[in-house]
Amino acid sequence: MQITGQVWKYGDDVNTDVIFPGKYTYTLQPAEFAKHALEDLDPTFAGAVKVDDIIVAGRNFGCGSSREQAAVCIRQSGVRVIVAKSFGRIFFRNCVNNGVLPLVSADAVDAAEKGDTLSADLDTGTLTLTDAQGAVRTFPFPPLSPSVMAIIEAGGLIRMLRRKLGTEHLPMPEIKFAGE
Amino acid sequence: MARTFAEKALARAAGLADARVGQIVDARPDCVLSHDNTAPIWKTFKQLGVDKVRYPERLRITLDHAVPAPTTQHAQNHAEVRRFVAEQGVRHFWEAGRGICHQVLSEEAAVLPGQTIVGSDSHTTHYGWLGAFGAGIGRSEVAALWATGELWMRVPETLRITLTGHLRPGATAKDFCLKMIGDLGQDGGLYASIEFGGPGVAGLSLESRMVLPNMMAEFGAKNAYLPPDAAVFDYLRARLLARDARWRAEGGPGIAGVDALCTTLEEIALYPDPDAAVLAEHVYDLRAIEPMVARPHRVDNVQPVSAVKGTPIQQAFLGTCTNGRLEDFEAALAVLRGRRVARGTRLLVIPASSEVLAEAMRRGWINDFIDAGAVIGVPGCGPCMGNHMGVPAIGEATISTANRNFRGRMGTRDSDIYLASPAVVAASAIAGAIADPADV
Repeated sequence: MQITGQVWKYGDDVNTDVIFPGKYTYTLQPAEFAKHALEDLDPTFAGAVKVDDIIVAGRNFGCGSSREQAAVCIRQSGVRVIVAKSFGRIFFRNCVNNGVLPLVSADAVDAAEKGDTLSADLDTGTLTLTDAQGAVRTFPFPPLSPSVMAIIEAGGLIRMLRRKLGTEHLPMPEIKFAGE
Repeated sequence: MARTFAEKALARAAGLADARVGQIVDARPDCVLSHDNTAPIWKTFKQLGVDKVRYPERLRITLDHAVPAPTTQHAQNHAEVRRFVAEQGVRHFWEAGRGICHQVLSEEAAVLPGQTIVGSDSHTTHYGWLGAFGAGIGRSEVAALWATGELWMRVPETLRITLTGHLRPGATAKDFCLKMIGDLGQDGGLYASIEFGGPGVAGLSLESRMVLPNMMAEFGAKNAYLPPDAAVFDYLRARLLARDARWRAEGGPGIAGVDALCTTLEEIALYPDPDAAVLAEHVYDLRAIEPMVARPHRVDNVQPVSAVKGTPIQQAFLGTCTNGRLEDFEAALAVLRGRRVARGTRLLVIPASSEVLAEAMRRGWINDFIDAGAVIGVPGCGPCMGNHMGVPAIGEATISTANRNFRGRMGTRDSDIYLASPAVVAASAIAGAIADPADV
């Protein structure tokens, strides 16, 4: 599987309050999540992000609150890959459980700039970065564990569990992800 | 073989004889916590096509994040939670006004030493104060746990924090946590199990011990642990018996096997082996701790109060699962009595639970707060994550006893949040600017 998109670049310690403000956690319906993605970090993101764009960030991305909407709003906006130096641990789980790949590569993060093109190849464990001048560099990333990849490949934890429980045929009034 | 607390606790939770760092285990947590987010979790649960929660006795549910409901939407959300509780027969449910989940579950002895509790709340690390393994998870994972009772967990590496000495008057467990997170960074404990130990632990009151694992969520930790001692066991025993009596007085059955539970607390407690392999050890002498303040917008942006005093504030907030207990009120009142909140400044006081509120009233402390010019709120999370009851105006600064000061956290993007101990918050309310209690 290969996912290619434009880079949105952010710094260290981006927390879930700026990704999805707490004041929305009990009032916003899932269909509206994407409109508020990264609202208090980058107000331009939600309006301009395209399907398969890639978020690139520093250390501890997604630290703070356990709110799953932080991962869901990113997935709903069309993003399927986040590359960071490290991730907040609950956010990491929330990404996996919603089909977002949290990949770790400090070198790729240091090299990438906003607007560069980044491609993640899951089969080879390689990130390929193409900058504005057309220069191409590659960076390896450590593979995700088989249990994590099983969830991603199923499209998230709930879909995987439905398969396991034999309830896939039941209606799923689920969140619609951009690009799906 | 020497093992850490996390290795022992997750081996027990997974029903294994042994577990090692890095191993992924299928844990069967003893307790699964959710709060106002129970309603959206129920929606996700329904998508699994399962009608009944597999182990309803493991669920722990409070209404605390926006109580009483500030809007129709919040009220609808609460109504949905109550419907779920009734339909699924959840007995461990506490209504709006009872208090903040972590305080209530502690007061009700609804989590015990050596148990594992996971919850859709990042501060589920809290239960380390009584020797439990507590970790935050996402909403989908709670839904999955309701259906299956199982969740994969990776056994984390351990960071050992050894405490020596006693806190000096005016210094608190909160100041220690801010100092440590300031020193080591807000990702200094990322993915790790934080094991506190050393002779300094026994000298901390139980309420002070609650602050430590609560704040470790701000350190990136998976869980945090303090070794339980006789004071913890006595606290839990009294509260198990009290809840058992109350449940029976309400006409239902009591707590199953309560007498046996009370006699086995010491046996079910888990302690790390001293020679277990850890990532690193940091030693802190509590005698060296002084009042600290975390500046906007990071919990590790920490300086001694002396370096930030004089910074104007418009709101002071005393409360939350970190610092909304009796000893916090006592420390604040020691500063406030006989004085008034500065003109142009407001002081919000929100007890962490109805038990804290009732006892503070009995002691006359609520009157003392009102005499000083404070606003008293309903037990719950209050404005901590920006839902209601004290949202700041644009451009305002708040000094708060909470655990998190991220931009927009209290509901207003362009406002500043400073974090400090109850005494520093009280002194700042009187001064209308950040102040050292020693100066007011």
